[in-house]
Amino acid sequence: MSLLEIEDLSVEFTSRRGVLRALDNVSLTLEAGEFLGMVGESGAGKSMTGNAILGLIDPPGKIVSGDIRLQGESIVKNPERIRGSHISMIFQDPLSSLNPLKTIGAQLIETIELHTPRRGTAARERAAELMTQIGVDADRLSAYPHQFSGGMRQRVVIALAMASEPEIIIADEPTTALDVSVQAQVLDLLREVCSAHGTSVILITHDMGVIGHWTDRVGVMYAGRLIEIGTTNDIIRSPRHPYTQGLIASTPTMDANVDTTLYQIPGNMPPLTAIPDGCAFNPRCPIAEDKCREVIPHLINDVACHLRSET
Amino acid sequence: MLSMIIRRIGQSILVLLIVALVAFSMFRFVGDPVSVMLGQEATETDREMLRERLGLNNSLLVQYGRFVGRALEGDFGVSYRTGESVAAMIADRAPATIELALFSGILATIFGITFGVITAINRKGFFSQFIMTTSLIGVSLPTFLIGVLLIWLFSVELGWLPSFGRSGVTQLGSWWHTSILTLEGIKSLILPAITLGLYQMTLIMRLVRAEMLEVLGQDYIRFARARGLPLRSIYFDHALKNTLVPVITIIGLQFGSIIAFSIITESVFQWPGLGLMFINAIYHVDIPVMSAYLVMVSIIFVAINLIVDILYLFIDPRIRDAANAGASE
Amino acid sequence: MIARWLDSDFVYSLLRTPTALISLIICLVLAACALFAPWIAPTDPFDMSSIDLMNGFTPPGVANEFTGEQFFLGSDDQGRDLYSAILYGLRVSLFVGFASVILAMTLGVTLGLLAGYLGGWVDAVIMRIADIQMTFPSILVAMLIYGVARGILPPNARADMAITVLILSIGLSEWVSFARTVRGTTIVEKQKEYITASRLIGLSHLNIMARHILPNVINPILVIGTITLALAIIAEATLSFLGVGAPPTEPSLGTLIRVGQDFLFSGQWWIIFFPAVTLLVLALSFNLLGDWLRDFYNPRLS
Repeated sequence: MSLLEIEDLSVEFTSRRGVLRALDNVSLTLEAGEFLGMVGESGAGKSMTGNAILGLIDPPGKIVSGDIRLQGESIVKNPERIRGSHISMIFQDPLSSLNPLKTIGAQLIETIELHTPRRGTAARERAAELMTQIGVDADRLSAYPHQFSGGMRQRVVIALAMASEPEIIIADEPTTALDVSVQAQVLDLLREVCSAHGTSVILITHDMGVIGHWTDRVGVMYAGRLIEIGTTNDIIRSPRHPYTQGLIASTPTMDANVDTTLYQIPGNMPPLTAIPDGCAFNPRCPIAEDKCREVIPHLINDVACHLRSET
Repeated sequence: MLSMIIRRIGQSILVLLIVALVAFSMFRFVGDPVSVMLGQEATETDREMLRERLGLNNSLLVQYGRFVGRALEGDFGVSYRTGESVAAMIADRAPATIELALFSGILATIFGITFGVITAINRKGFFSQFIMTTSLIGVSLPTFLIGVLLIWLFSVELGWLPSFGRSGVTQLGSWWHTSILTLEGIKSLILPAITLGLYQMTLIMRLVRAEMLEVLGQDYIRFARARGLPLRSIYFDHALKNTLVPVITIIGLQFGSIIAFSIITESVFQWPGLGLMFINAIYHVDIPVMSAYLVMVSIIFVAINLIVDILYLFIDPRIRDAANAGASE
Repeated sequence: MIARWLDSDFVYSLLRTPTALISLIICLVLAACALFAPWIAPTDPFDMSSIDLMNGFTPPGVANEFTGEQFFLGSDDQGRDLYSAILYGLRVSLFVGFASVILAMTLGVTLGLLAGYLGGWVDAVIMRIADIQMTFPSILVAMLIYGVARGILPPNARADMAITVLILSIGLSEWVSFARTVRGTTIVEKQKEYITASRLIGLSHLNIMARHILPNVINPILVIGTITLALAIIAEATLSFLGVGAPPTEPSLGTLIRVGQDFLFSGQWWIIFFPAVTLLVLALSFNLLGDWLRDFYNPRLS
């Protein structure tokens, strides 16, 4: 039994103009202590997966089918039970993630008292300890969010996510809003803190570089579907799905020759309102056949492609 | 922080001087004070003597300076209509208006915030829908119609409450009189207070609701939810506090308009306060009373704005830091 | 052209929002009543010869006990047909409302454009005045302007000029919201590159303001205009009710309500009831229409 199992999860948004399928039969698992990357373009369903796990999908969105299990127990019906305590989340923008009118200390202590038996002084001591772990001076518990730099704020957000000692942290583009120079520091910190506690991480990003450095396994998403999953090494060295191949080929590397032009996948990901029949990638796929235009490929042997799922 | 407060006080004084200039211009240029005070039959010598006595022959700047100086001493001249000292008229009528304004302001704030939070949290609920629909009518309904409606219902039909006047007044010391110490007095206060407070309540409620909805969509609320904080704490601790800056602004500004709407309410209920005095002054073109009222009301407004600004500093650490940073530059 | 308009989001959203559609219809009907009052009204309430004091206090739909005449909505103390008086009152109310909004709009848009486009001391002066005026509720400003204007006018001209003074007072008290919005949009637009480009190809400032900046503020002006119209109608009614608005010779809805209030205790409820209901429906419809327009052009606020 894996720590977290997602099985055939579908999320739909019902609006005046029809039903949009934001997640389409997504299945994946997460092991204890593992760093799982989720990669894909905006709107591919990465964040939606994260929100679905925590039950943070607001109406008109709705989980229409499938199951999410934490340690074998379904959490779809009552996500409040695990939200914050067993699974925490980190959002993209650290400034707007923190309540501007409350001190860092107040926000940390509030979370600690809520999810752990520590109260009063004990909670304050734990808050100070967390601050030290993330490399911020414990004196700054009395500071307000706006008095920190972006990188420092995201460290505080990590501390807040760790405050309840959760089994899983979902980090949704945690470094996108930060300066490149700070990104690595924050991700290293996340890795370090989580490894120390054995916490699993789902790292949502669109940056293949981040995936390569900080994850053990990667799921690739496209138009609401999981199209390939595997160890980071395999995905980067030998991607199988034509989209993943394109994604890897279009990622710049430091040692590449400046004269070679980067590969571009032709076209754009379709909006959820206009997903083509069959494989969602078929209009852009260099190897698509008739079958690809008619039948939706399922994830077989960790890849959802009619032509590539044989090992 | 202190220097910012001082700067704000300086700006307030400038505003007051400009308002005083408007009041002075009204006093000086609208109608001819000499013919109003002496009547048409006065001789030219009498006129000239009065001009000299009133200082109308001095330069305008000197006259303006004297106007401001006298206003600071609380001297606004005498009413054209009654010949009474304007300052005495104001002192006599102020307690009635202040009592009415405070009473309805407090009612409006308490109910406005409560209803605003309820309707924001439970948007689709029956109670929220009911309140929102009623409030829309409340906003559209002119204050005087609300007054007439209440009179019709509670005075004409039910006969529970008096339809006009301020009764049961007790004199407290030499300069204050109140109507809240007798049952009769409280009864006469109820209808005017509701009339005056209803519109403000609706405004506060709609603003609190809008701000709550805005704040509830913020990332830090999502993050608070993701951390598993209970809804009660998210709504009343995290969200409500973040709505307070605009809400306090509007409550402050609304207090100003309570003064303005008291003109209407007092007129409907013949409540013997400053508003009734002002509307009579307009009708009879009693310029000294009008300009004194203008100056007095602007002092109240400016003072409220100043208090609101200082309150921000206590609520929002960002504004506090900005003020401190501004001071150290 | 018409087909394209019927197909637009505007019409689509209007048809999908019953309150907005009903409000619009009511607004149009009331406006038509006001416009055609002289032809619709059974009697001319200003024509003293057609009024019979014997007809005073006739309840609605009941024959008068002396003259046997019937009035659809009853008659007032003078024997005037209330239905006709309301139609003519609606005419005065809407006329004052529209005229003062147009005054406020013209003034506000002009000053807002100038402040935003020219910046510097022009901006500072205009916006400081706006700030100070904003400190006071507009009804108070309107009352002051009304009082001052009455003071300037000779006493015998006061009644004749009352409507003009009323329009002036309300118009001057409502310009600030127009100016603020227009100034804001102007500042944003001015920084865009196409404005610089227009300057480079030699368009005059006036031309740029009229051709490039003004079109950007039309939607917000429409929204503010509708909401201000509701405010102006209420302001007019309030002033008239307080006796410092439309004169008894040219009664607006507010004046009619003022008159009717005296008969509330003596049981002649209809004299105040029908004008009050008309005013309420009028103000509510414009308010709802304004709300919907605002939501339509700025969905984020809803």
